[in-house]
Amino acid sequence: MSNEKIQAGLDKYNASVEKATSKFPERPNLPEQRLYTPLDIKDTDYADEIGFPGMYPYTRGVQPTMYRGRFWTMRMYAGFSTAAESNKRYRYLIESGATGLSCAFDLPTQIGYDSDDPISEGEVGKVGVAIDSLADMEVLFDQIDLGKVSTSMTINAPASVLLSMYIAVAEKQGVPADQLKGTIQNDILKEYAARGTYIFPPRPSMRLITNIFEYCSKNVPKWNTISISGYHIREAGSTASQEIAFTIADGIAYCEAAIKAGLHIDDFAGRLSFFWNAHNNVLEEVAKFRASRRVWAKVMKERFHAEKPKSMMLRVHTQTAGSMLTAQQPNNNIIRVALQTAAAVMGGTQSLHTNSRDEALALPTEESVMIALRTQQIVAYESGLADVIDPLAGSYYVEALTNKIEKEAWEYIKKIDEIGGAVAAIEKGYIQKEIQDSAYKWQMDVESGAKTIVGVNKFQIEEEPPKGLLKVDASVGVAQCKRLADMKAKRDNDAVKSALADLKKACQDENENLMPHILNAVRTYATLGEICGVMREVFGEYEAHVNL
Amino acid sequence: MAKVRVLVAKPGLDGHDRGAKVVARALRDAGFEVIYTGLRQTPEQIAEAALQEDVNVVAMSILSGAHPHLFPKVVNLLREKGMNDVLIIGGGVIPETDIPALKEAGIAEVFTPGTPTGDIVEFIKANVK
Repeated sequence: MSNEKIQAGLDKYNASVEKATSKFPERPNLPEQRLYTPLDIKDTDYADEIGFPGMYPYTRGVQPTMYRGRFWTMRMYAGFSTAAESNKRYRYLIESGATGLSCAFDLPTQIGYDSDDPISEGEVGKVGVAIDSLADMEVLFDQIDLGKVSTSMTINAPASVLLSMYIAVAEKQGVPADQLKGTIQNDILKEYAARGTYIFPPRPSMRLITNIFEYCSKNVPKWNTISISGYHIREAGSTASQEIAFTIADGIAYCEAAIKAGLHIDDFAGRLSFFWNAHNNVLEEVAKFRASRRVWAKVMKERFHAEKPKSMMLRVHTQTAGSMLTAQQPNNNIIRVALQTAAAVMGGTQSLHTNSRDEALALPTEESVMIALRTQQIVAYESGLADVIDPLAGSYYVEALTNKIEKEAWEYIKKIDEIGGAVAAIEKGYIQKEIQDSAYKWQMDVESGAKTIVGVNKFQIEEEPPKGLLKVDASVGVAQCKRLADMKAKRDNDAVKSALADLKKACQDENENLMPHILNAVRTYATLGEICGVMREVFGEYEAHVNL
Repeated sequence: MAKVRVLVAKPGLDGHDRGAKVVARALRDAGFEVIYTGLRQTPEQIAEAALQEDVNVVAMSILSGAHPHLFPKVVNLLREKGMNDVLIIGGGVIPETDIPALKEAGIAEVFTPGTPTGDIVEFIKANVK
């Protein structure tokens, strides 16, 4: 059918719609256009813009056969209380068919404080597992073969320390570092912009990150050295376009820092990975995943002149949107997560965490986690969504939306370039303000009823308080502090002292890679708080400024 | 009557401040004077800020589960400083079963996920001294 003929048909349709809308006004908050036709993608060049899976610009996916060979990694984020308790949950997940581990650390660990630090009071073991030293890490991975499992660690400011502990545990198991598979989040820029577990100012933080890139490219070559995360930016309230734009801008900043430190793009870019949110609007999310791959491929090829295909592939881990779960009628969350899972799978994710129904209320129980994992398995094995590659390609709407999100992302990236890059845009508060404004608009839309959240502002019922929530007892903190004191009494404190002194010297010399020094300190059972304390002394701490 | 002054505070270590910032802005738009502390405030820092800023309301947000420990600590510190009239409210991921103990400790009201910001505004207007 020629475009003229389609246009004529569309004109006729539009005339008929006018009559219909006068009788049945449309709902608020809908996409501007109600119907998409071939005319909406007539300027999209299939070969250049859409292409084939495993080929530039990777719109249709990064692997040639996607899920026809192997499903995505079903990776459940878990960790709470003590290392022993979390080790039990990990082994339960592996027995239930999870194919990768994902460690959640408590807040003191994420911010580089030991469990016995006064600032840690009330937080030990709450949102994740408490890790004070190599001794805890040994218990965390007890009877788990680090040569076989792939492990993702949600750790940022002290990522170098936790990765060192992981390497040291592997050494004890007899697994060499070059066999280790996994990911550290290690994405400090989004901590300043959205997630909040920063320690040091941007400059030394960027140094730590490039030190890790360099060390791993030589010593831990299968490790994903960063997971550049849009997830938390979206959770903080951004739109889909902002999520990928701000994250890719962060990615550009990391590449520039590494290149400035003397690395070659193709030596580290293949180990960069991303982390997306799977939000409620299924088709918008699918378009977002597709657009993000296309933007990143172009950035790597055109801006950084990468040559290896692997450098141009945006490989992504996904988590369903925690902020979209409701405390009201929590079983409804199972359905939300199922739809979000469908979006992530049709979007072509490489791994996925599915949230549990009770997460707007507390940490999930074992039963809730099982339902969340089963949701992935049902989508994988029963739904058919994983049977054909990029099944929504060619949908007039999804292709047009992919183009639109890509265009909006480029506009933001251009704007951030003009400000001076992601670091400057964060220091000026630009990215934070954009996210806050979107979050506020979302909330006002919910409150005005322009946006409906089932069970929250429509279809509410009287409910009994939910029963059987998981609770981390305050005694966990006490026990962990005792464990820490016992460990300190047993270790060789002279070795610790000398390792920390050596680390301090290395911190003061900008040309020194800190990784070997940190690894050395970790092996002596120096604690996370002691190691980060040395770095705090030399690097100082970041202070945020908030403009409401 | 003078403008109601509200300190929106994030005690503890968690960085989830989407809710705190949305509430802060909604309270400001409702005509209150709002001061936001930023992240990682110790109970001592919050009580001190409340005193320095001479606020009528302290609104705290925690999503990490540290509320049973930190909320009452702030209440006690405020009382020690003689700020007995300050209205203290809290919010975040807080299980229903924890709320009675928090109220007993002096938290006037706890707002859980899904609360319209308008409810918080109304509560402050009705209860501020």
